[in-house]
Amino acid sequence: MTLTAETDSDASQEAVAERVRKIRERQDVGVSRAEGWRRRGPLLPALIFMIAVTQVPFLFTLYYSTLSWNLVRPGSRKFVGLNNYIDVVQDSQFWSVAGNTVILIVGVVLISALLGLGIALLLDRAFVGRGAVRTLLITPFLITPVAGALVWKTTILDPNNGILNWLLGLVGISPVDWIGQFPLAMVMVELIWQWTPFMMLLILAGLTSMPRDQLEAGRVDGATAVQLFRELTLPHLRRFIELGVVLGAVYLVNTFDAIFMMTQGGPGVASANLPFYIYQRAFLGFDMGQAAAMGVVVVIFTMIIASFALRLIFKSFSGKEEAA
Amino acid sequence: MKTRKVLHKLTACVAGVGLLLTSGCAGAGSLGASDNEVTIALVSNSQMTDAQKLSSEFEKANPGIKLKFISLSENQARAKITMSTAMGGSQFDVVMISNFETPQWAKDGWLRNLSDYAKSTPGYDENDFIPSLRESLSYEGNMYSVPFYGESSFLMYRKDMFEQAGIKVNQDPNYQPTWQEVAGWAKTLKTDDRAGICLRGKPGWGEVLAPLDTVINTFGGRWFDDQWNAQLNSPQVKEAVNFYVNTIKESGELGASSTGFQECANLFGQGQTAMWYDATSAVSVLEDPKTYPDLVGKIGYLPAPVVEKPNSGWLYTWALGIPKAAKNPDGAWKFISWMTSKDYMKLVGEKLGWARVPPGSRTSTYTQLPEYEAISKSYGPLTLQSITNATPNKPTVEPVPYTGIQFVGIPEFQDLGTRVSQQISAAIAGQQSVDAALEQAQKYAEVVGKSYQEK
Amino acid sequence: MTTTVEKATATSDSAPVRKKKSKKFSPWGVVAWLVGIGFFFPVFWMVLTSFKQESDAATNPPKLFFVPTLDQYAAVFDQGIGPAMLNSVFATGMSTILVLLLGVPAAFALSLRPVRKTSDALFFFMSTKMLPVVAAILPLYVIVSNLGLLDNIWALVVLYTSMNLPIAVWMMRSFFLEVPGELLEAASLDGASLWRSVREVILPLVSPGIAATALICVIFAWNEFFLAVNLTAVNAQTMPVYLVGFIAGEGQYWAVLSAAATMAALPVILCGWFAQNKLVRGLSFGAIK
Repeated sequence: MTLTAETDSDASQEAVAERVRKIRERQDVGVSRAEGWRRRGPLLPALIFMIAVTQVPFLFTLYYSTLSWNLVRPGSRKFVGLNNYIDVVQDSQFWSVAGNTVILIVGVVLISALLGLGIALLLDRAFVGRGAVRTLLITPFLITPVAGALVWKTTILDPNNGILNWLLGLVGISPVDWIGQFPLAMVMVELIWQWTPFMMLLILAGLTSMPRDQLEAGRVDGATAVQLFRELTLPHLRRFIELGVVLGAVYLVNTFDAIFMMTQGGPGVASANLPFYIYQRAFLGFDMGQAAAMGVVVVIFTMIIASFALRLIFKSFSGKEEAA
Repeated sequence: MKTRKVLHKLTACVAGVGLLLTSGCAGAGSLGASDNEVTIALVSNSQMTDAQKLSSEFEKANPGIKLKFISLSENQARAKITMSTAMGGSQFDVVMISNFETPQWAKDGWLRNLSDYAKSTPGYDENDFIPSLRESLSYEGNMYSVPFYGESSFLMYRKDMFEQAGIKVNQDPNYQPTWQEVAGWAKTLKTDDRAGICLRGKPGWGEVLAPLDTVINTFGGRWFDDQWNAQLNSPQVKEAVNFYVNTIKESGELGASSTGFQECANLFGQGQTAMWYDATSAVSVLEDPKTYPDLVGKIGYLPAPVVEKPNSGWLYTWALGIPKAAKNPDGAWKFISWMTSKDYMKLVGEKLGWARVPPGSRTSTYTQLPEYEAISKSYGPLTLQSITNATPNKPTVEPVPYTGIQFVGIPEFQDLGTRVSQQISAAIAGQQSVDAALEQAQKYAEVVGKSYQEK
Repeated sequence: MTTTVEKATATSDSAPVRKKKSKKFSPWGVVAWLVGIGFFFPVFWMVLTSFKQESDAATNPPKLFFVPTLDQYAAVFDQGIGPAMLNSVFATGMSTILVLLLGVPAAFALSLRPVRKTSDALFFFMSTKMLPVVAAILPLYVIVSNLGLLDNIWALVVLYTSMNLPIAVWMMRSFFLEVPGELLEAASLDGASLWRSVREVILPLVSPGIAATALICVIFAWNEFFLAVNLTAVNAQTMPVYLVGFIAGEGQYWAVLSAAATMAALPVILCGWFAQNKLVRGLSFGAIK
């Protein structure tokens, strides 16, 4: 928005912006109660709904985490306070799995965001069959994750009959046991394949909403494509990229199907992530107290990491609002 | 505005469907509900899918009873059924469980006594079930689930590949090959294009551990001694696991650490492995002329290989039980007795083909169905023999405090077994040594053993 | 630029880049096509496999040419795909509508007219997604069971709404923030009521964003598996659960699963294609300014 100051018509825009700021200041200071409720009103239904539907299960989970309760050993249910949490802290596998989860999330989100950005930029230009390509690109995200994971495991990465090894065989490379040797990397590849379309979609939506006249003005003034991208496009897209990163990360914390279908967390726990590990404790061990405690630990850590990350993002968000 | 028009159309669509469903329904599946409903939870293997297809025959013979099915993959089904039954839920009238859960759940009082029902059903003939199976599903003399199909394990091999390599197989009906012999064959048969033998390596207590446990048992190893001391780093277990892992490394398939039943079946069917040690029920896949017409007549079968302990094949069955809190136990029994009856075998044979008869549950399938005998000449008798001779009550050379051949019949085993299998799978993938894997496995087992010692 | 794109979208299929009078030959177009085909390839292979017999499904070398069969699709329809489809349509459609009804006002309140503690509210929304579903499934099961809603599609509707609402609020807020504040202020200063100005001025501007959000909510709800498999049984079974039912423990299932997965993906692909048109039309919004 700072660039608008350069052109003629923006003298009047500046005046409007000044008026708006003054109005807002007046409104902010000593907001009447009615005005406050009118502003918050639209938010309330969603907020109340979410509180009702999510907090009750969370409280239950907290309660279960203080129990030692094995579902298949009836009569074993008893209160043990924080014992489950101590067990979790002492469980070295839990922490190595947590490490896997972090690697998985960071890797998948960053790479798919970069790829999504690149592809969105490609699709921003006009060419023959652009809509068709866009449809093709979205399909990985539309396939049920279970099926998507199985496609990769059975047809592409299979060591004996997979397409990848067949292609490598054509150039004389002997077959590689992809899933056995690089389990976490393969899971990440599958997830990147599924999530890049999501990032692309978000960034594309951001690109389509970007005012073109600034770019034209910049081009007329003789700026290079790189400069235009860095100064105009990227800042505008930053909000959407950050959105994609936040949403993708939050969703990927829960990712489960790819690991369940492709590697079963193996070999060992090399490719297990936290949801998969908790699933095994809950549905193989039927140790409900442990699983609940692990869930709460995940929430605590995610909150800590997220509040740091979001603080960074919100700095840029609120900065934008003031400039507007 | 176009957007609004479209949105309106969409809303109308969904609202239309919604009205349809909300007219007293809980979901599309409940349309056409009746009073006498039986809700059945099955595992999605082909034999069960066949039963679903034929269930219209049951409804014809029993007007007024409406059957509702849910069919899930094994892991999901087991988790869901366990959760529902353990919480005393009345969601299901019929549940498909195995000989792993039945004794434990019967003891916990979660299942209904089916022997009473069986006795009052003429012609059902509870004693026709293969004795070892019958016993594995009983508690204090009564059956708490009835087998739908059963299996043991045996060795399948390509007779033509053996001939080509000049390997002669002993044709004596009592012959049981040794694992060392089999390893030797595998080495001879291994080429660049094919594995000598396909063995499971996928993590999971029912995946790699199924064949591996039988190897451990026959090498003289065991999970716990009779004082519940964990034995996973004992010399016999070490020898057995080293043998398994080395055989795979030398002559086994590529990518063994993610190979389960389906992958080995595919390899064997494609001719990419000369041998395969796995469930007797694999014949449903391999001997189906529609999927593998080239294999007809080329597959040979041998009993599960042995070392010290003979008759080392495993014992497993998918069986049907009625949870204690079931809403419609009588309807449930009607269905169960239909699905596990002698007449059902005939029905499958006549309607779907004799190769699809559920194997390994009733002795009469092998003695009183001439059509089945005719097509199952190469594997039928061996299947019956393997199942009959399996000894879940005395699975190992040394005494053990548990029952179960390819599993340890305690509730903790699902978790313990999976953790141990993960370690072994890592060893198969070459990520760690067998010794390291077994050390870690031993630690897990010790935790469980201790909780039993304290009882 | 925008109008020629629309024409091209309507006329071209999988045509290679051709020289057109109104367009320059674009090497980037070729790259885009290659990338598109690359991403689509696994899906294409899956659909191809759905017409194979199980023995052709995973072979060495992979089979591009084979005798096709409809057996797998017959098997998929045999097991009763209808109820699962209906349930999925209902759960997805209803929850998406609820998400939009609840989320658009919330996003609006959090963006155009900033309220205090905006960041707190946003953080709360996001925090509801931090508890892994696997850890909360037993509490959820107990609650749903006590409410008598086990195997009831409405339980899924409510849960999917709560699953997608935070995402929708975050996404739509970003699109709302794109609308210049002056537009709204100018509209309300003109005496038009707030509601009218929202409906007639703002909503059209953010409709591509809302379309994108709705599409993403539809995709997440349609493909959701874990809650569905644990909280439903025979009446409220959805497509993903139906799909997984084809995974056999002892048997070969890759071909039949591909058929089921293709069927499961068709409605979402339709939605995706449909929502894309919204996005393309929104290109003209940039010109309004």
